[in-house]
Amino acid sequence: MEFGPYLMLASLEGAVTTAVLSLTAVGLSLVFGVMRVVNVAHGEFFMLGAVLAWWIASAIGGMGGNPALGFVIALVLAPLVVGSIAAVADLTILSRIDYDPERTIVATIGLLYIMQQVTLMTYGPDARPVEAPFNARIALPWVEFADGRPQIYWPWGFGTTTYKLGVIVAAAIVLLGVWFVMARTRIGLIMRATQLDRDMALAFGIPVGRVYAFVFGLGAGLAALAAVLVVPIQQAHYLMGGDPLLLSFIVVIIGGLGSLPGTVLAALLIGMSDGIISVFFSPTLAKIIATLLVALVLVFRPQGLFGTRATR
Amino acid sequence: MTAVRKSLLLHGGLLIVLFGLQFVLPAYHHGNLARIMVLASYAIGYNVLFGYTGLLSLGHAMFFAAGMYGMGLGIRFLEMSPALALLAGLAAGLILALVVGYLALRTVGVAFMIVTLMFAQALFLTILYFGKWTRGDEGFVIQQPERVLWGIDLSDPVNRYFAALLLFAVCLLVSLWLIQRPVGRVLIAIRENQERARMLGYDIFAHKLAAVMISGGISALAGAVYGLLFGYVGATFASVQYSIFPLLWVLLGGAGTVLGPFVGTLFMFYLIDLSSALTTAHMLIAGVVLVAVTLFAQQGIVGELRRRFWRWLP
Repeated sequence: MEFGPYLMLASLEGAVTTAVLSLTAVGLSLVFGVMRVVNVAHGEFFMLGAVLAWWIASAIGGMGGNPALGFVIALVLAPLVVGSIAAVADLTILSRIDYDPERTIVATIGLLYIMQQVTLMTYGPDARPVEAPFNARIALPWVEFADGRPQIYWPWGFGTTTYKLGVIVAAAIVLLGVWFVMARTRIGLIMRATQLDRDMALAFGIPVGRVYAFVFGLGAGLAALAAVLVVPIQQAHYLMGGDPLLLSFIVVIIGGLGSLPGTVLAALLIGMSDGIISVFFSPTLAKIIATLLVALVLVFRPQGLFGTRATR
Repeated sequence: MTAVRKSLLLHGGLLIVLFGLQFVLPAYHHGNLARIMVLASYAIGYNVLFGYTGLLSLGHAMFFAAGMYGMGLGIRFLEMSPALALLAGLAAGLILALVVGYLALRTVGVAFMIVTLMFAQALFLTILYFGKWTRGDEGFVIQQPERVLWGIDLSDPVNRYFAALLLFAVCLLVSLWLIQRPVGRVLIAIRENQERARMLGYDIFAHKLAAVMISGGISALAGAVYGLLFGYVGATFASVQYSIFPLLWVLLGGAGTVLGPFVGTLFMFYLIDLSSALTTAHMLIAGVVLVAVTLFAQQGIVGELRRRFWRWLP
């Protein structure tokens, strides 16, 4: 194959990464935006979502159910369960240390290891796949100039699957839903009010404690949802939380901490460039450049590349 | 008895007890204690920055690893003598601390934590990327003939224990000395109230940079000694886990206390050692302790002792 089809294939992979990454990162960004805390355990909520999806799918499969049914149930149930776990963690731990930024980071590091190791003890160290509900191959055409006029042909091995396109569509729908909730509903208004001025919101009778628990659960639920979407492509494993955490951090920081549109834009930038760079260069080199870039962005432009508001 | 005298008695007493213990401990715990003393030196380095200056770094493994690789690569490729290699490790840590400190100290609070985390991650990935020389995750062994310092074979358990004790004593006394000096007092003032310290005319940035370099230097020296005493250099020591460990030890033992790092390391080491008989998921214990300490004992063990009984503890 020549350069063109490679680039096209890389951008498609990049689009899938973008879709999953933007969901995960929006969850992290929401928590940071409203609660002003950094949730280091975010990647483990992602991992829990994937592991739960495997459990639910194999339980339904074990009862002789349709694999597609199992996947759909997991898609609904796994984010709910993970969100509830996060809300309970918020009420029992984070609210008791009064959301002090530094102590919250330490506590969520503890949570990270607790979730990861409990998964290791129960689910085990194996990577396990979940069957996709639909997974037809689509061959993609490519245009080539021959004899002075364009001709369409189908390069061998050049294509994608319907499932990958489905992931992109699903992520877009969920993101629109998050935007709608934040911008157009009462609960979104309450969340934005809490974000702008916590004490004033409290004075107006908004139950800030419950809003925080809800937001923390919502953020974790979005990560879990992203994980359920990705688990048919990438298997469920107890250590799978590290990469999404790192990438979400990168995205949220580059997009400007707490800014949702900036986060999605940055997810697009990072997701696409990650897909494209990984095809042409070593993935390790790509990660080194990305982490250094993030550190330097934080040092020299703490409001992010797209953000306008200064962070603490 | 004055506070200074009490503290000299306490810390001197601990060093004498550690010296005496090697004659009575069984081989297994003898080896453990040597390891704990080197790791506690790393924690002491971390404590200078976190406990006394109030800067929470999530990337201290980069200094530990810089020291370890500065030493290890020096022996492996430049055929340095162990003494020279230790100096190379220390120098690597100091240079890294200067660069990282200069950049990271432009940020505060949460951003500082993330920047240090990212720099450490970049170093970890760089070590993996140059696997041809560093042998990545697998690491490399420093052979016994390369570990003879001034005619003393450091692979011998007794010599190893002495070397670890010497390192620990130096680090402990340096940190004790530092916080009695005016410069140490300024660091504490910065931790308590940075703006007030600035108002009093102290150069905040210079003092913080000094704290990063002292902390990074001690950590790097501990890393270099660890590699030399135990004969192994590997990328694991640069991973996130080794940045979390000193935080855990210092928090548990008591941040901003001279003895805290040692107490925390000792406690955590044996907690994990005992639990590994029960489960392979020993990091679970680390997670539970982290959450428990943040929730119930912010001051850590030594910090609580200071708060309740011995107000003079440094």
